[in-house]
Amino acid sequence: MNNKTINHAAWIFVLPVVALVAFNAIIPLMTVVNYSVQETFGDNTFFWAGVIWFEEVLHSTRFHDALLRQLTFTFTILAIEVPLGVAIALAMPRKGPWVSVCLVTMALPLLIPWNVVGAMWNIFALPDIGLLGRGLNVLGFDYNFTRQPGDAWFTLIVMDVWHWTSLVVLLAYAGLVSIPDAYYQAAKIDGAGSFAIFRFIQLPKLKRVLTIAVLLRFMDSFMIYTEPFVLTGGGPGNSTTLLSIDLVKIALGQFDLGPAAAMSLIYFLIILLLSWIFYTLMMRSEAQ
Amino acid sequence: MAKITLENLGHSYMENPQSEADWALKKLNIDWDDGGAYALLGPSGCGKTTLLSIISGLLHPSAGRVLFDDQDVTDLPPDQRHIAQVFQFPVVYDTMTVYDNLAFPLRNRHVPEADVDKRVREIAEMIDLSDTLKSRAKGLTADGKQKISLGRGLVRSDVNVIMFDEPLTVIDPHLKWLLRSKLKELHQRVKTTMIYVTHDQTEALTFADKVVVMNLGEVVQIGTPVDLFERPQHTFVGHFIGSPGMNVLPCAVEDGKPHFAGSEIETASSRNLNELKGELQIGVRPEFVQFADKGVPAKVVKVSDAGRFRIVETRADDTSIKLLVPEGQGIPADDAFLAFDRDHTQVYRDGWIVA
Amino acid sequence: MRRYSWLVPTLYILFLMLPIYWLLNMSFKTTNEILGSFTLWPQEFTLENYRVIFTDPTWYNGYINSLIYVTLNTVLSVAVALPAAYAFSRYRFLGDKHLFFWLLTNRMAPPAVFALPFFQLYSAVGLFDTHLAVALAHTLFNIPLAVWILEGFMSGVPKELDETAYVDGHSFWSFFLKIFVPTIAAGIGVAAFFCFMFSWVELLLAKTLTAVEAKPIAATMTRTASTSGYELGLLAAAGSLTIVPGAFVIYFVRNYIAKGFALGRV
Repeated sequence: MNNKTINHAAWIFVLPVVALVAFNAIIPLMTVVNYSVQETFGDNTFFWAGVIWFEEVLHSTRFHDALLRQLTFTFTILAIEVPLGVAIALAMPRKGPWVSVCLVTMALPLLIPWNVVGAMWNIFALPDIGLLGRGLNVLGFDYNFTRQPGDAWFTLIVMDVWHWTSLVVLLAYAGLVSIPDAYYQAAKIDGAGSFAIFRFIQLPKLKRVLTIAVLLRFMDSFMIYTEPFVLTGGGPGNSTTLLSIDLVKIALGQFDLGPAAAMSLIYFLIILLLSWIFYTLMMRSEAQ
Repeated sequence: MAKITLENLGHSYMENPQSEADWALKKLNIDWDDGGAYALLGPSGCGKTTLLSIISGLLHPSAGRVLFDDQDVTDLPPDQRHIAQVFQFPVVYDTMTVYDNLAFPLRNRHVPEADVDKRVREIAEMIDLSDTLKSRAKGLTADGKQKISLGRGLVRSDVNVIMFDEPLTVIDPHLKWLLRSKLKELHQRVKTTMIYVTHDQTEALTFADKVVVMNLGEVVQIGTPVDLFERPQHTFVGHFIGSPGMNVLPCAVEDGKPHFAGSEIETASSRNLNELKGELQIGVRPEFVQFADKGVPAKVVKVSDAGRFRIVETRADDTSIKLLVPEGQGIPADDAFLAFDRDHTQVYRDGWIVA
Repeated sequence: MRRYSWLVPTLYILFLMLPIYWLLNMSFKTTNEILGSFTLWPQEFTLENYRVIFTDPTWYNGYINSLIYVTLNTVLSVAVALPAAYAFSRYRFLGDKHLFFWLLTNRMAPPAVFALPFFQLYSAVGLFDTHLAVALAHTLFNIPLAVWILEGFMSGVPKELDETAYVDGHSFWSFFLKIFVPTIAAGIGVAAFFCFMFSWVELLLAKTLTAVEAKPIAATMTRTASTSGYELGLLAAAGSLTIVPGAFVIYFVRNYIAKGFALGRV
């Protein structure tokens, strides 16, 4: 990595990428910034509004609630998916025909279009005709995710665990198989038990992939829109209205472009900031 | 500490080995004396790592038994065999300090912390790691890490044998020598049985009191470095050890005596060769061949300078014969006669020594 | 303990398969059976739902549209990411680190934020409701990803390979295309897999940027769900079919997945 030659002409190689991404990122971002500081009355005339939308969004309880729900959701699924994913990866076979079977079936949920995931879980959880919904009711639980916020949250979390735990599994598994056999052999000879092996060999070697897993799951869960929208539509009431869903409601539903744009920017900045904090914290602990 | 006995040991990586070639280890019977310094020498793929894994218990042999002090340990897992192993690539516990690394095997065995501390400091002193006890193992150089691996074996007082699997592979050349002499010195101090696996003859011959030479899953000779040099039991040993290796010449038999290129060759034994079936060969090391006034006629083909002596390649009867000529001694220009040192000339049948 | 460890992945896979089974189960049922009774497997097995999808152009065109823009996006993303990743892995140049970080931040941009501006942008340049529009829009998150993955693979190839090729008289492009690209074929496979995956599963942008001509299957499904009442069987059949391309792709790259993940680049 350190013996790279200095060659400013290499810019030519990155130019197509920069052009494409800039076209997609900078122009829309400027549009958003533009909306965020203007007021419109729906007749395509805009007035300078300064930072009032930012103040409005930052002070609105609606935004606070959505943000709180978002954080709750994100940290809940992180707390479930990361340990669960690592546990499954640890229990997976290391070689033999079952490896392929495990990898292929586990990767399957990752390749299902997000609205299908939502629709599938909707059908699966419906209290009258869904296997899960019906099953829970038969077992004596009063379960109805379209009426009861608690049930809606439960379904949302289980769906996300279903959808994304495999990503953590695959990452952790790849990290585990890259540990040379000699480490396990040395630990056996040193008389280490399975917990000591996990604590002193596997976990340290997994740190890098787990950093990536946590970052990815954090970012993606913060941006989640389609699956909960299809599953619950944000309801019942506003109980599962996460940030993205609220944003789309404001922007496309109510056409409040100013507040929507201001909210977009705040939202984007929160993701950037939290990702950056996560990243530096984990890199620092790794450097230790 | 213990004597290690391998009894009719064999191993195959296949479920149902059919032919000889399916066996990675063919029938082995070896005794390793308590406190000896052994080297296990052989080319890559000859089965030495397999053998090592069987002794340490990481691998269960397909056939035969492993005995420690006449006790059958074939079915015991590695941690109950009381062995230690240093691997080819340094294995250290990255997140721990050097101290904790050395203490790890003891703590796993629930040794009282006071004893752990005493033992760790003692061993750290022995392997020159006292100054770095508090630092993280991750930051050490490759040779430092290998010392930790070794130290984890030495801290335990109950170790039967310490095994080394090509431990100097990733060490810088100028440190290899240092680490090797350190190892020798440690062996003299602790008197634990050590088995050192390598494909490098210099490493094997300088470290070991006894060398076990393996080829194609078989042990071809067990002996002191001098035995291997002066009386190779198999042409493979002659080839593999020594630089350049032993000359191997086709052997004809007349009147029960070995002949090469029309001349009778005198050997240490006076065995009658007429009774032997199979392909016969004469083996003699370049060190024991000289130019003479009479003997085997040969042509000098090439002379290369190797410092204190020169390696002369000659050709006799379409066979290449190498010999070493000390500095300052003359070399015939073209035609010459070669004489073989009687006591160091052997006859081999199908590779194995017969006379 | 190790003896029972197979239970964990088995139970997990079972959990993964249950909702998929339910979807398949629904897709083989008639609407009557779905609404009228609760059955664990189809009592009146029917392929009617699938027949509708394979004969009605609004349905099967959805699949074709999706496959077109996903393929277009994959090819485009990997093609432009290749030279860029090479530059990042081999050279240092003005602003390289900042540029790399900026690219990655786009992976963090929520599609919900960009939906409306994208609609306006692509309408303005006259690309609205074309396959190209969706393919281009998806490069926003797929190019950074492809660059990231490919850079990881390329950094694993020793620089000596480049130098040897130049000494042997290869021009840059002949080296790059004939020697370098085949060397990192596994990396290209992994990058293409992830581009395919993220483009295939994304709906919000794809739906926003299309109306009729390039409408993706996912959008067809949501519109059906809302307009024609609750044709659950049809919806389930359509959903089941969207799993097929993904399953194919995973099967072909299964041996590369672990390796791609092992590099820690996703």
